[in-house]
Amino acid sequence: MSEILVLVDHADGAVKKVTLELLTLARRLGEPAAVFVGQGYDNAKSILAEYGAAKVYVAADAELAEYVVAPKVAVLASLVQDRQPGGVLLPSSADGKEIAGRLAVRVGAGVITDAVDVRDGFVCEQSVFGGGTIVQSRVRSGVPIVTVRPNSAAPEAAPADAAEEQVSVTLSDADKAARITDRVEVEKGERPDLAEASIVVSGGRGVGSGENFAVIEALADALGAAVGASRAATDAGWYPHQYQVGQTGKTVSPQLYLAAGISGAIQHRAGMQTSKTIVVVNKDAEAPLFEIADFGVVGDLHQVVPQLTEEVKKRKA
Amino acid sequence: MNIVVCVKQVPDTYSERRLDPGDKTLDRASADGVINELDEYAIEESLKLAEATGGTVTVLTMGPEKATESIRKALSMGADKAVHVLDDSLHGADAVQTSAALAAALDKVGFDLVVLGSESTDARMSVVPAMLAERLGLPQLTYASKVEVDGSAITVQRQAEYGYDKVEATLPAVVSVVEKINEPRYPSFKGIMAAKKKEVANFGVGDLGLAEADLGLAGAATEVVEFTPAPPREKGVVVTDEGDGGVKIADYLASQKIL
Ligand SMILES: Cc1cc2nc3c(=O)[nH]c(=O)nc-3n(C[C@H](O)[C@H](O)[C@H](O)COP(=O)(O)OP(=O)(O)OC[C@H]3O[C@@H](n4cnc5c(N)ncnc54)[C@H](O)[C@@H]3O)c2cc1C
Repeated sequence: MSEILVLVDHADGAVKKVTLELLTLARRLGEPAAVFVGQGYDNAKSILAEYGAAKVYVAADAELAEYVVAPKVAVLASLVQDRQPGGVLLPSSADGKEIAGRLAVRVGAGVITDAVDVRDGFVCEQSVFGGGTIVQSRVRSGVPIVTVRPNSAAPEAAPADAAEEQVSVTLSDADKAARITDRVEVEKGERPDLAEASIVVSGGRGVGSGENFAVIEALADALGAAVGASRAATDAGWYPHQYQVGQTGKTVSPQLYLAAGISGAIQHRAGMQTSKTIVVVNKDAEAPLFEIADFGVVGDLHQVVPQLTEEVKKRKA
Repeated sequence: MNIVVCVKQVPDTYSERRLDPGDKTLDRASADGVINELDEYAIEESLKLAEATGGTVTVLTMGPEKATESIRKALSMGADKAVHVLDDSLHGADAVQTSAALAAALDKVGFDLVVLGSESTDARMSVVPAMLAERLGLPQLTYASKVEVDGSAITVQRQAEYGYDKVEATLPAVVSVVEKINEPRYPSFKGIMAAKKKEVANFGVGDLGLAEADLGLAGAATEVVEFTPAPPREKGVVVTDEGDGGVKIADYLASQKIL
């Protein structure tokens, strides 16, 4: 069985859920081999083993974290050349897609991004044009390189050896051309990542102000959800841009997407249409988002949302 | 500073977008074409940098004849001249091939800085800027929410999930911008008139030294096997709030085992 390389998405060894989803998908395609680049492998080891990594390639050289994207490309390219894997899976994050793209150029292969499923023979399912069309595609030359959207598979434990193998690469001058000199982290708090969250609560223009987003945040926290926003809300400066959902923001595909005070413009729908369950609160019964809602309430979000928050707290208590 | 800004024409999100049932490529003829929205931010940033450094801005587009509309728009915003990579054999090109054609055109045109939007609204792959950096062997300064050039030194803020990274490099470089970087200008009447007289050079694949066999649909490393319209979502339940809307949602979530 050929090896399927899975690039581990982590922060100092704290492995993101999408990695476990990728390992689960990789088992269908061959033998999962995790590729861990950076520091903190000791924290990651047991969970990678639990979710089926037969092998783990570890590249821990500190230098690898000093440059934009290219070092990870170098690590994966050397593994692709030496190990001839059956394919490479990466998360569909900003970095994941860029790494995949450069890797495809470097090793002369094809790349598919934003897959929502990967089946036998590396046939990839994608949801395009804002969820309106489902496409099956495949890579027809070179090793298939595929980025997969978070929440595309339910992670399943399948204990394996996670046999560790150190990898070292020599970075070229071009790999070292864009140097990271500083990392500025914004307060994130305890909420889950927007792209990975299984529940997202989003607010739009109907929220009314930045302060009023506290109503959205309170519900999100009661549900253990991430907070999202429409472009009208981020443009108004009520909520930071990185939380924007839609065509020019994040694409999310959670178990539950709850939208309050969002009309449902096609550009917003493009980023949330594939959510499993959609709940909408809007005071306008004609709001287009109701068309794709599984459950909707016509009403004032400032009444409905706080009541829901209280109810959730009560039922969870 | 000699800046090249890459611009793509995309089907308008408001018009119906579809794949051609025959060759399974994007049906560009059936939808209205507009300039990719994020590219307007790239044009604006290029113009600002050129104004600050006394440089020029060249628009680079690959696409069918119709894409000249987008070139004219960029020129009317203030870009100086344009290069249109126009060749039937490029029809159906995937990202790997597109980046090869753009890299070849960039080599031919020459530049100190390449600027792109960080994503196109049709394919949404966000890979072409990184691929160009790879092909050209240049610094990848993508997802920039701020760009500063000082002589040959360039610094950007690279937008990330956790905030941003400060990234430094030396020109020439490849930059892609995110939407919050600036406020794109509207073309003035004078700009629109002036654009009509600006030079647009057409390059074919022969001019770029590319082998036709590697290009377009036939040479693409990826292929669409089949496509189907997404099944419509089942019609849900919509109720009017009568003072118990929040409780009703909680009941619904409980019935779905989400709560
Ligand atoms: C190229 C392009 C890209 C775009 N990309 C994105 C994107 O990525 N993401 C995105 O979201 N948009 C995007 N947009 C913008 C999009 O077209 C809409 O303008 C935007 O989504 C509207 O946001 P909204 O629904 O919050 O605001 P509105 O459309 O103004 O809707 C506000 C809604 O709130 C309701 N409301 C008001 N008060 C209350 C209340 N008290 N209680 C309950 N409901 C209330 C109103 O009935 C209304 O339906 C893009 C546009 C373009 C042209």
